[in-house]
Amino acid sequence: MTVHVSGCSSAAADQLVSREIRTESGQREVFCGLTGIVWLHRKIQDAFFLVVGSRTCAHLIQSAAGVMIFAEPRFGTAIMEEKDLAGLTDANDELDRVVTQLLARRPDIKLLFLVGSCPSEVIKLDLSRAALRLSQRFSPGVRILNYSGSGIETTFTQGEDACLASLVPELPVQADAKPSLLVVGSLADVVEDQFMRMFDALGVRNVAFFPPRKSTALPSVGPNTKILMAQPFLPDTVRALEERGAKRLAAPFPLGVEGTTGWLRAAADAFGVDPAQFDKVTAPNRARAERALAAFKNELGGRRIFFFPDSQLEIPLARFLSRELDMQLVEVATPYLHREQLAEELKLLPAGVAITEGQDVDDQLDRCRLARPDIVVCGLGLANPLEAEGITTKWSIELVFTPIQGYEQAADLAELFARPLVRRAKLVA
Amino acid sequence: MQLTVWTYEGPPHIGAMRVATGMEQLHYVLHAPQGDTYADLLFTMIERRNKRPPVTYTTFAARDLGKDTAELFMTAARNAYARFKPQAMIVGASCTGSLIQDDPGGLAKSLGFSIPVIPIDLPAYQRKENWGASETFYQLVRAIAGPKAPPPGTKRPDRPAGQRAKCNLLGPTALGFRHRDDVAEITRLLAQLGIDVNVVAPMGATPADLTRLGDADFNVVLYPEVASQVASWLQRIFHQPFTKTIPIGVSATREFVREVAGLAGVDPEPVLAVASTRLPWYSHSVDSTYLTNKRVFIFGDATHVIASARIASEELGFKVVGLGTYSREFGRDVREAAAKYGVEALITDDYLEVEAKVAELHPELVLGTQMERHIAKRLGVPCAVISAPVHVQDFPARYAPQMGFEGANVIFDTWVHPLMMGLEEHLLAMFKDDFEFKDGALPSHLGTGHAPASAPAVAEVAVALPQSAPVLDGAASEPAPTAPAPTGAVWAPEAEKELLKIPFFVRGKARRNTERFANENGVATITVETLYDAKAHFAR
Ligand code: SF4
Ligand code: SF4
Repeated sequence: MTVHVSGCSSAAADQLVSREIRTESGQREVFCGLTGIVWLHRKIQDAFFLVVGSRTCAHLIQSAAGVMIFAEPRFGTAIMEEKDLAGLTDANDELDRVVTQLLARRPDIKLLFLVGSCPSEVIKLDLSRAALRLSQRFSPGVRILNYSGSGIETTFTQGEDACLASLVPELPVQADAKPSLLVVGSLADVVEDQFMRMFDALGVRNVAFFPPRKSTALPSVGPNTKILMAQPFLPDTVRALEERGAKRLAAPFPLGVEGTTGWLRAAADAFGVDPAQFDKVTAPNRARAERALAAFKNELGGRRIFFFPDSQLEIPLARFLSRELDMQLVEVATPYLHREQLAEELKLLPAGVAITEGQDVDDQLDRCRLARPDIVVCGLGLANPLEAEGITTKWSIELVFTPIQGYEQAADLAELFARPLVRRAKLVA
Repeated sequence: MQLTVWTYEGPPHIGAMRVATGMEQLHYVLHAPQGDTYADLLFTMIERRNKRPPVTYTTFAARDLGKDTAELFMTAARNAYARFKPQAMIVGASCTGSLIQDDPGGLAKSLGFSIPVIPIDLPAYQRKENWGASETFYQLVRAIAGPKAPPPGTKRPDRPAGQRAKCNLLGPTALGFRHRDDVAEITRLLAQLGIDVNVVAPMGATPADLTRLGDADFNVVLYPEVASQVASWLQRIFHQPFTKTIPIGVSATREFVREVAGLAGVDPEPVLAVASTRLPWYSHSVDSTYLTNKRVFIFGDATHVIASARIASEELGFKVVGLGTYSREFGRDVREAAAKYGVEALITDDYLEVEAKVAELHPELVLGTQMERHIAKRLGVPCAVISAPVHVQDFPARYAPQMGFEGANVIFDTWVHPLMMGLEEHLLAMFKDDFEFKDGALPSHLGTGHAPASAPAVAEVAVALPQSAPVLDGAASEPAPTAPAPTGAVWAPEAEKELLKIPFFVRGKARRNTERFANENGVATITVETLYDAKAHFAR
């Protein structure tokens, strides 16, 4: 294991509170980026995700999806076998065969992602060429793209980043010169609709969400596009959009009342919405959300929380819990910390909070046991063992699958943390 | 390459993890990328274990490739050794780890630990989970029990007179289908016979316990998928015979009792005389008449499939219409079993093939894995789970073995409940004009709201149509299957009305059968006649 503790001193961070960030490398306890498929296939409803990988990869998405999907899922695996590796068959021919088989079975597919895995990356199977080749064959009916969700390159939520980045070149060029707003990152449909009504009320027009629900309705992008990030784990997507001329709006993430307000305000300011109008439009929602949150302040205020790294949502969550619910942050660990895109969040974190980037899970468990926090946020592999040690946990994966963004969900988000504590208090046996 | 939607078995290193996690004081150092740590949740969430699996992953990343992945491995092994102080360590690589060719075995040896370090080489692109478990168990036993082997040519000394016989129970692992309860049940049965259990392995054993394997008089193989190889080796090296009968079902359990009694030199009859299970009587009772020749499709691991086919056919009076396994290693045994029922075994690990087969055979009950549960649900056929791959519901809080006499009771309940028609079916016929039984009346356990009745139930139709009832029990909360398969035939209004007279719990099946019949016979419009033609055609 290596640890280095670095001070914040880069020029870009001049407004940042100076804080120490522990960097750990050791055994991690995280999903790989393939997991993103589990929510992306629900979001982009006409897309199919074909992992080109091993039996392990197939087993991973099956386990992550919990074998709980009734209909045939819109994902699968082309499992590489000995003969593919030994060069007894041409892996490209094999892939073409599998894709042809799949498309014959599922004529409803409009967009097919070939998803790279560790084995396909290690043997350097060129999926971008395969995607090109297959696209020529199956266009115009099916668009075929590729990205890597491999565990040697991505953790958990980074798979979504890689997927969306691969879609960026497909986005049409924005034709008119009217400013437009692109919200980037998968959100639950209900949350999208709420935000859409909000933007409407603010008079912000030309708003699109990325990824779209249908791959046939890709939003356009160009120099007049402003990006509002809905998820903190999308640096590559944002970079690709910036290369197309779009501009990212600096904003916190829309978690909690403060985050949502800051997030909406960033858009409102960029679109010249009168601040008085902004206050008028958002005030009722803010008030309602604050009322709903108040109930949880008693429950959560003063409680000590420890974050294991998982989804990269940790920093905005910690900010919300500490500022709006008065929770105490024992340690906030995140798999990666994108300093620039999280700058607005880092400013809002209390000074002196322990931030860890990366992981050495055994050391982290030692620190956690020593600190005895009231609640721990962690992945599924750690939750039950910690519960067995008497430590209350919250699965971080639930925070990725549940609608938690926006005013209307602020109290729901708080409830996700309160519920395990309430439960532990209730149980006497 | 193989296109898969779901897979029955994980990769072979998951099999190794099942062995390591089942054991105590053993640690597994696995050369693997970070995403492979997902496997931990199988044990902590699905099996609800309260400890992390004893596995240290090196979690190498792309930036480590080509430079220090070997160093990473050694660091991980050193740290694991220092932190967990295991009695023995196994080392190996996952599918990606094996591609980078770091030789975990050699690297670990070079660290000079004072405990046995056993390299487990698993060909990840050829083999699967059960094979991995078997191989891991075998390598462990060979390395740890091997040094205690008697010199070649020596005979096993006879057991001193008056000393109780003892055996090992081989095969249970972590994440096994009811392994925990099977071990308890068989241990109890053996105790009744006056036989002691020496070591249970892998589950519950420490590496030190494995050194005592040779002390037993014989071995009981509970799960051949995991234990066959070890049992054969122990027979060759330690001259221990092993059992061939898997005690699942009443007859098999009786045979098992005789077999172990023979190996232990004890009298089985007293135990057989008192052994009680309700399955035979329940099966003979009048209420079970409706089970006669229910058409059943069976799929799972070889052990459970072979045992289930026998129970289904001989102990419950079902008709086995299809049977198969994903355990290719045991394809021959399953083919032999299938031949007994006059069907051809389906040996495949392709979920889609199994699905197609179930759709084609139209069974009235599916006995399968969690995968078949999904298939059956989609096709509107009742299903009971008999085999891994497992799900959180396969680790019930209650005691629910599959083996032994109690296991037979459990099996009767689990298989028959999905079919829960029996007496109720007759009542439906008898009280067909009673308002409670009117079409659309909700089952009583689903609260007070009654749907408005639209037509009286014509139960005679229901009785003869092949019954598919995702009724009562757990299935009640799911919507009854309604959406018909895409079909060319259209329903005439009178036929549609007639269909509505069929009780809701068989209507979906009647609709599908009729449409299938219409399509197969080129009928474009489904009339009342077609409905009854189909009914006659499918009536068995
Ligand atoms: S945020 Fe960092 S990059 Fe910026 S100063 Fe802190 S450690 Fe460095
Ligand atoms: S970490 Fe790599 S090998 Fe493992 S499941 Fe993820 S992509 Fe597949």
